[in-house]
Amino acid sequence: MKHVKTLNTKSLQESMKKGGCGECQTSCQSACKTSCTVGNQTCENNK
Amino acid sequence: MIHQYKNNGFHIVMDVNSGAIHIVDEVVYDMLPLYQEHSLEEIKTLLQDRYTADEIGEAAGEIEELKNAGVLFTEDIYENYLMDFKKRPTVVKALCLHIAHDCNLACKYCFAEEGEYHGRRELMSYETGRQALDFLIANSGNRRNLEVDFFGGEPLMNWQVVKDLVAYGREQEKLHDKKFRFTLTTNGVLLDDEVMEFANREMSNVVLSIDGRKEIHDRMRPSRNGKGSYDLIVPKFQKLAESRKQTNYYVRGTFTRNNLDFSEDVLHLADLGFQQISVEPVVAAPDEPYAIRMEDVPAICEEYDKLAAEMVKRKKEGRDFNFFHFMIDLTGGPCVAKRLSGCGSGTEYLAVTPWGDLYPCHQFVGMEQFLMGNVYDGVKNTELRDEFKCCNVYAKEKCRKCFAKFYCSGGCAANSYQFHGTINDAYDIGCELQRKRVECAIMIKAAE
Repeated sequence: MKHVKTLNTKSLQESMKKGGCGECQTSCQSACKTSCTVGNQTCENNK
Repeated sequence: MIHQYKNNGFHIVMDVNSGAIHIVDEVVYDMLPLYQEHSLEEIKTLLQDRYTADEIGEAAGEIEELKNAGVLFTEDIYENYLMDFKKRPTVVKALCLHIAHDCNLACKYCFAEEGEYHGRRELMSYETGRQALDFLIANSGNRRNLEVDFFGGEPLMNWQVVKDLVAYGREQEKLHDKKFRFTLTTNGVLLDDEVMEFANREMSNVVLSIDGRKEIHDRMRPSRNGKGSYDLIVPKFQKLAESRKQTNYYVRGTFTRNNLDFSEDVLHLADLGFQQISVEPVVAAPDEPYAIRMEDVPAICEEYDKLAAEMVKRKKEGRDFNFFHFMIDLTGGPCVAKRLSGCGSGTEYLAVTPWGDLYPCHQFVGMEQFLMGNVYDGVKNTELRDEFKCCNVYAKEKCRKCFAKFYCSGGCAANSYQFHGTINDAYDIGCELQRKRVECAIMIKAAE
């Protein structure tokens, strides 16, 4: 495309198919203890 | 729903519901706000001073392509999916163990009120800690990865119990096919070679509390005799960070109204050699002189922009570092269920007091109306648990229309309670800052 560059390839809709396993880190266990940040967490579902 | 903004020379478009991020040129950027309401011919007329009809026609072709690919103007289709997801039986997968309600510093902004959480000074016994780990294993269902944070107060004031609990956890994880991930949060005062060696062997993560520049740190983090702690802890933190090969740790600071120029503190930490940095806004009662006020938000947003631009520059120079609040995973990242279901407090994540009481998270400890049970009898207040279970972005009116909802998961329940008296609202200053951080994080990705 000439006018648009898309940064990511994986869509949130796709993640409905096999998401929700719950093995990922709890958000407050990383560094934040006073806010809530999930967008930076790693998916641990290797199925 | 889309959100578009300009930052550091980039024109960025977020398609909120698909999670797609597009970097666009000016033609597309100017067309998008008109696109849903006007015909192509009308857009050509409206923008004729700036672009030719051919340019607009070509850009429209690309916009249609994105729409057809399901990455632009997508709808929110997740509400029913999430409601079904939230109905699943609750398991516990993480505990914040308050190993010591005592501290050797007297930080002014501490939500634990110098370590005591509105209660009494106490250290957790090995028996209580062991019961907490048993409770976690017994309530974790088929989750394999279990997280335990040794928190306080200051956990190094009860170090032998920490070590004994790690040994117990290692023994139990084999018997139950679990994997414990331990985290140690410390102010560094009692950190020594023995602690470092143990932490490097057993702790998946260490969180090292430091606010930044010496004068900023010492002002808010004095010892009980009023003396600053910066000089004592910095060399030890540097040594520990190096011994962990600059991974699996964070130096973590808090900024307040006293240092709204906090980007200087982040860069100071980077200049000390730290590569994993988290510096977060204080959350304090509005009458505290150091509390962040709504009127401070524009200045803080400018600081985030300044910091993001500097990080882009340093990365090009090979001097990059991670800033926790600007980290974002655009290639994989968490599934939509995780993104929408909240932080897990009160359900998956619980805090344990030194005497074994359970609270929804560390920030609720000491507030008796949030007592959930204890590690011996389990969660007894199931009504409260269910209230936390239903706490998600769709339960919060402010979140439904927010472009950042897939990045903050509805925000912090404790902050909401502190400012609105309910866990189903949102802390407005926190939201403003969260949105700005998401914008900056994406810009940094765009610059890569």
